[in-house]
Amino acid sequence: MLFTLFWSFFKIGLFTFGGGYAMIPFIHQYAVEKFKWITDDEFLDIIAIAESTPGPIAINSATYIGYKVKGVAGSALATLGVILPSIVIITIIAAFFMQFKDNQYIEYAFKGIRIGVAVLILNAALRMYKKLDKNLLSYLLMFTGLVLMLFEVIPVILVIVIGGAVGIINQIYKTRGETK
Amino acid sequence: MIKLLFHLFITFFKIGLFTFGGGYAMIPLISEEVIGNGWLSYEQLLDFIAISESTPGPFAVNVSTFVGYNQLGITGAIFASLGVVLPSFIIILIIATAFHKFATNKYVIGFLEGVKPVIVGVILSVAVVFVLKSIFNISILDFKDFDFSWSALLIFTAVFSMTKIWRKIHPVFIVLVSGLMGLLIYGLIL
Repeated sequence: MLFTLFWSFFKIGLFTFGGGYAMIPFIHQYAVEKFKWITDDEFLDIIAIAESTPGPIAINSATYIGYKVKGVAGSALATLGVILPSIVIITIIAAFFMQFKDNQYIEYAFKGIRIGVAVLILNAALRMYKKLDKNLLSYLLMFTGLVLMLFEVIPVILVIVIGGAVGIINQIYKTRGETK
Repeated sequence: MIKLLFHLFITFFKIGLFTFGGGYAMIPLISEEVIGNGWLSYEQLLDFIAISESTPGPFAVNVSTFVGYNQLGITGAIFASLGVVLPSFIIILIIATAFHKFATNKYVIGFLEGVKPVIVGVILSVAVVFVLKSIFNISILDFKDFDFSWSALLIFTAVFSMTKIWRKIHPVFIVLVSGLMGLLIYGLIL
């Protein structure tokens, strides 16, 4: 059982390109359909928890599903399984990449690729903007985050903590209004 | 060496602890820490994002392994990756054992309602900086020295329109197309 858990998450880590949300269908396929470790409802709960806690979604869901199946040992093995392919593949790339990095044609290609990556990040930002609940507070917070970061006023962590604190204060204020 | 190992571990632990949403939401903090510590240059970080998009696994684990390996070989790779994973692991274990209603807790909901828009703003700023840097070769704080590039603007416009026309295009394909355009435009024409 522990080995199946490790092996399934190893395959999930090995075959999902792009990380994050690309992994969710694979995790569903193994954990819900094939091995029936968790139900569909539990799966949705896990995604909600993975999204509301820090860290990569793949790690969060591997830890949670591993724990459900076989306790702490299960969560450790599932997490190890999902990160091992990355560690091995990236170590190999890091060891060999630097050698052909100096090739002039590779450098030309990467000059283009850097622009492609800027497009990828721009699109990710636009996608997240579309998904956002839009109200006065969220626009205000988004604009604050944008300006603080553009002009490098304070570190990112502080920006995130301020956003969270404002969110909690707003929530307390809202619920107080409801109970009155 | 022990000092650097510890520094790697703590830095990636911090990255794992403070990035909500995963994936691209992690890029602002990762770039601040990794470029700030001098572990990667701005160009190397962009190159690595492309490599990470073309290899399996979560971006945070990939980048921590890469930086850790570059600094201290395999030991560095393992410590940096463990650092980035550990906060998730600990937090999820606590939730799984003791706090099942986590995602519906009102303070958690409030916290996330505040964090999400801020992160959108932060990522927008990173996107703006990356686009400006690639086309004008400047940072936002320094408008004096800029070096506008028609070829960069051409690649940007072509790739961006491609993603708007073909919305489900896979990131690996974008990496390939922009690499090919770079090779053609910088290598053969100029």
